[in-house]
Amino acid sequence: MSAAGTAQRESSMQAAGGEGPGDRTKLETTSSQTVGPYLHIGLTWLVTDDLVGPGTSGEPVVIEGRITDADGKPVDDALIEIWQANAHGRYDHPDDTRDLPLEPGFKGFGRVPTDASGAFRLRTVKPGPVPAADGSMQAPHVNVTIFMRGMLKHLATRIYFPGEPANAADPVLRSVPAGRRDTLIAKPIGNRALQWNVVLQGAGETVFFEY
Amino acid sequence: MSAHSNPQRKTILAGYRPADSGTQPDYLYPPYSSTVKRSPSQPLVRLPWSLSEVTGPLFGFDRIMANDFDLTKQHAGDPIGERIVVSGRVLDANARPVANTLVEIWQANAAGRYPHPRDNHNAPADPNFTGCGRTLTDADGRYRFVTIKPGEYPWRNHYNAWRPAHIHFSLFGPALATRLVTQMYFPGDPLLEYDPMYTSIPDERARRRLVSAFDWETTIPEQALGYRFDIVLRGRDATPMEDDLAKEGT
Repeated sequence: MSAAGTAQRESSMQAAGGEGPGDRTKLETTSSQTVGPYLHIGLTWLVTDDLVGPGTSGEPVVIEGRITDADGKPVDDALIEIWQANAHGRYDHPDDTRDLPLEPGFKGFGRVPTDASGAFRLRTVKPGPVPAADGSMQAPHVNVTIFMRGMLKHLATRIYFPGEPANAADPVLRSVPAGRRDTLIAKPIGNRALQWNVVLQGAGETVFFEY
Repeated sequence: MSAHSNPQRKTILAGYRPADSGTQPDYLYPPYSSTVKRSPSQPLVRLPWSLSEVTGPLFGFDRIMANDFDLTKQHAGDPIGERIVVSGRVLDANARPVANTLVEIWQANAAGRYPHPRDNHNAPADPNFTGCGRTLTDADGRYRFVTIKPGEYPWRNHYNAWRPAHIHFSLFGPALATRLVTQMYFPGDPLLEYDPMYTSIPDERARRRLVSAFDWETTIPEQALGYRFDIVLRGRDATPMEDDLAKEGT
């Protein structure tokens, strides 16, 4: 291999790792880039709009909504992913070691693209509570990740449930300015259906998180 | 890290270190015009670490088909274009391999055309190329795809705008905190410096790490050139010693 080839390869590989000779175990995180307009080609094979498999505990609930931009225009080329605990409050993940039941029919992952009107729809169950950083319990919530053309890195937000007494004490909701908390709480729109809209920018802008 | 409000139920979790300064684009980057109406205007709210962020979906071989890694073998005939091998390792920022994680890719065909209803670029479609692949990393974090070198294509961001040749990558890693979608570019592409997606990354060295490298070792004689692209997901902080903390708390 030529010297030029080697140099090029190392620039891609961070071969030395990190910044200095004393820090060989730290690498810099790869940069995020947008999914672009053709995300469906690569990502819709794994669409999971109904999370409720056989034997799942809890009452199924439909969560539907729309994503709109700063002008109120529907975002028709977005992808929503959700991740949540089951109705017992257990995440299907090895780091959740609590003695709560796992259910083979409920993995807790959903993925759905928005349609021409910016709308999406998922069917799931209300998760049980999971612990917060301080050992208190968080109110039931669904973790949401959003990708779209025009978004250079994904957005993170949460869906909370209406009429849930635990919302009042939830440490995350309490950390959000009071006037914006409503953007995280879904609204009942009928029998076992909830509406939760995403406003990317401007009046009623959804609260987005970093972690 | 948090208030000691309830020692009996203390849940001290190791979180993930933030990405290094300058490596990630901002949401708003006006040269990429679609960001203007789609970027949040309010500051993000910082979440303390909980199980919600340090867990995430894990996927197994039950959903991956044998040929999903080979984008040249998904149709009856051979796709048009230059066959290439794209491979590399998925590591975390602690330089540890990320094993058994789902890697999804998608890309244009050799002429720069996607088989997508919104792509009306007047370049030829290729009935033998969908441009979609997926695989799981092995125990060393390695992945490998066989595909076709994608073509550059025009877009309407600004006058005479062209995307450099690229392959989209989507990765999960072990947690919500490690989710990453990115794009891999090709060495020597003159379009990179004109591309607002590429230049949205503030740190020049971070940009360059999205450019794959020609890899003689993975090049298959008389078959396909090899390109190497390593990916680094966020790294976890050292795990706190929960037992000691629990004893202190009681």
